[in-house]
Amino acid sequence: MDMKVAKKKLGLKDKYKLMTRDLGWEPSYHSKDELYPYMNYEGIKIHDWDKWEDPFRLTMDAYWKYQAEKERKFYAIIDAHAQNNGHLNLTDARYLSALKIFLQAISPGEYAAHRGFARVGREFPGVGPQVACQMQAIDEIRHAQTQIHAMSNYNRYYNGFHAFADQRDRIWYTSVARSFFDDSMSAGPFEFMIAIGFSFEYVLTNLLFVPFMSGAAYNGDMATVTFGFSAQSDEARHMTLGLEVIKFILEQDPDNLPIVQNWIDKWFWRGFRVLGLVSTMMDYMLPKRVMSWREAWDIYGVENGGALFKDLARYGIKPPKGWDDAEKAIDHMSHQFMLGLYQWSFGTSFHSWIPSDADMDWLAGKYPDTFDKHYRPRWKHIKKLAAAGTPFKNYGLARLCQTCQLPSVFTEPDDPTLTCHRETVYKGEKYQFCSDGCQHIFENEPEKYIQAWLPMPQLFQDPIKGDLGEWMKWVSLLDGKDNGDYAGSEDQKNFEAWRGLATTNQ
Amino acid sequence: MSTVFIALQANEETRPIIEAIEIDNPQAIVHRQPAMVKIDAQGRLVIRRATIEEQLGRDFDLQEIHINLISLTGHVVEDDETLTLSWND
Repeated sequence: MDMKVAKKKLGLKDKYKLMTRDLGWEPSYHSKDELYPYMNYEGIKIHDWDKWEDPFRLTMDAYWKYQAEKERKFYAIIDAHAQNNGHLNLTDARYLSALKIFLQAISPGEYAAHRGFARVGREFPGVGPQVACQMQAIDEIRHAQTQIHAMSNYNRYYNGFHAFADQRDRIWYTSVARSFFDDSMSAGPFEFMIAIGFSFEYVLTNLLFVPFMSGAAYNGDMATVTFGFSAQSDEARHMTLGLEVIKFILEQDPDNLPIVQNWIDKWFWRGFRVLGLVSTMMDYMLPKRVMSWREAWDIYGVENGGALFKDLARYGIKPPKGWDDAEKAIDHMSHQFMLGLYQWSFGTSFHSWIPSDADMDWLAGKYPDTFDKHYRPRWKHIKKLAAAGTPFKNYGLARLCQTCQLPSVFTEPDDPTLTCHRETVYKGEKYQFCSDGCQHIFENEPEKYIQAWLPMPQLFQDPIKGDLGEWMKWVSLLDGKDNGDYAGSEDQKNFEAWRGLATTNQ
Repeated sequence: MSTVFIALQANEETRPIIEAIEIDNPQAIVHRQPAMVKIDAQGRLVIRRATIEEQLGRDFDLQEIHINLISLTGHVVEDDETLTLSWND
């Protein structure tokens, strides 16, 4: 009788070797310098590309299998959400402002990351990073697509979702995230990897996805939880790659250390500024909040980032230069940013609002040293103005930082009563900055940042020529529908009416 | 010693994985948050295929964990039998 013999499967290590290293070849028609023209100009020295190893040892065959499984799970929930009026399970339609910002500013960033990884996967000579970058390029385009698809279910019912692609290119606040990704994509391949793979994915992405997606779960938004966690399951691999990249570069040559440290300093600060948007989502825009921005920072910034930089100290890496300024900003930034969004709400394709007394009590509890002292009095004043029928609106144009493109609404690290403002004159032209960090970044690469597209100068150019109505048309913003206070908005009226229909027999 | 963590989606597939992690890492602290479970451990966390298979009652490939993984920290070392997270400090 024949015994059934189980077919011997390849072990993980052998499989990884066969399906990555064995796919490479030595070029014979062209020199390596011709094939990989961007390998030397950043000054990074690599001696042995084979030292690059993916710790998960994921190969393409396994990648497709698990990604297909993730997609099946994702679409099962998206279908159920659409079939069961999932949008009416939200705690409150105020929550949608967070989603609108996500769709206008973050999802296009996923697409930009896709392009960036597709490019660097072509430019690195090693097979290990080529395969890893290929997977990440496919991940990132999947994230952009699943996010847009999930949120399209809200576009059927609510305002502000319809023109995210135009707004990604044209509206003022999305230029913060856009310029961040454009900056990384127009850098060299090694800088791109430190910018996105390490600084953004490893140090900062947890702050974006984990508390925000838990927040979506708290607020009844199953569609977002699903795309968020589905994307985040790839991020764990990206983070691991980001850490591997930095170890690999530092172990290859001691000359790489100062170059890498400079990139870490730069990209930590750039990323921290982009996350200003997330701090307001967490502290103000989730009707039911899962944790404060400060609490998320303590877990994912202080504890996690602290452990990371303690570990990297053996290579001579120091925590990023802006780390202390970031810590000082944590208890202020969400309040300063939300006050900015409220006063410029005529120009946002989402709603903002004055926090209720209960919300302000929650904020005071989470920010005992700053909220009652600096921010509650301002909100109370704004509330009084709104009650008197003269709501506080600022039709003046914000002064934007030349580097991060945020309005300079933030204060001095050591004085929360004084707006932080820096200036540099370069080739006879004056440039404005929101912080020391952004000023230093500019001064290291002025020829790059003087070319930045800034939304405020655009206002005076064709086709807008200083006309607010023309500007709204140009950015696809429907006045009175997409913008302004949540109180009295179409979104608020519709949500309440539809929820009433769903829970009664009227 | 710094903390490493792994965060998994809270669902039926991860329940036995989380139980296995608790068995193999008695020092680990399990935080149950909305829709996710975050497991912290001082210095080091080990996930073993064999323990997961006992809890699950079927064969398990450690790479299946990617489907429900949310996030992790620390240096990753993975082979057919174990997935280890650690910091060198």
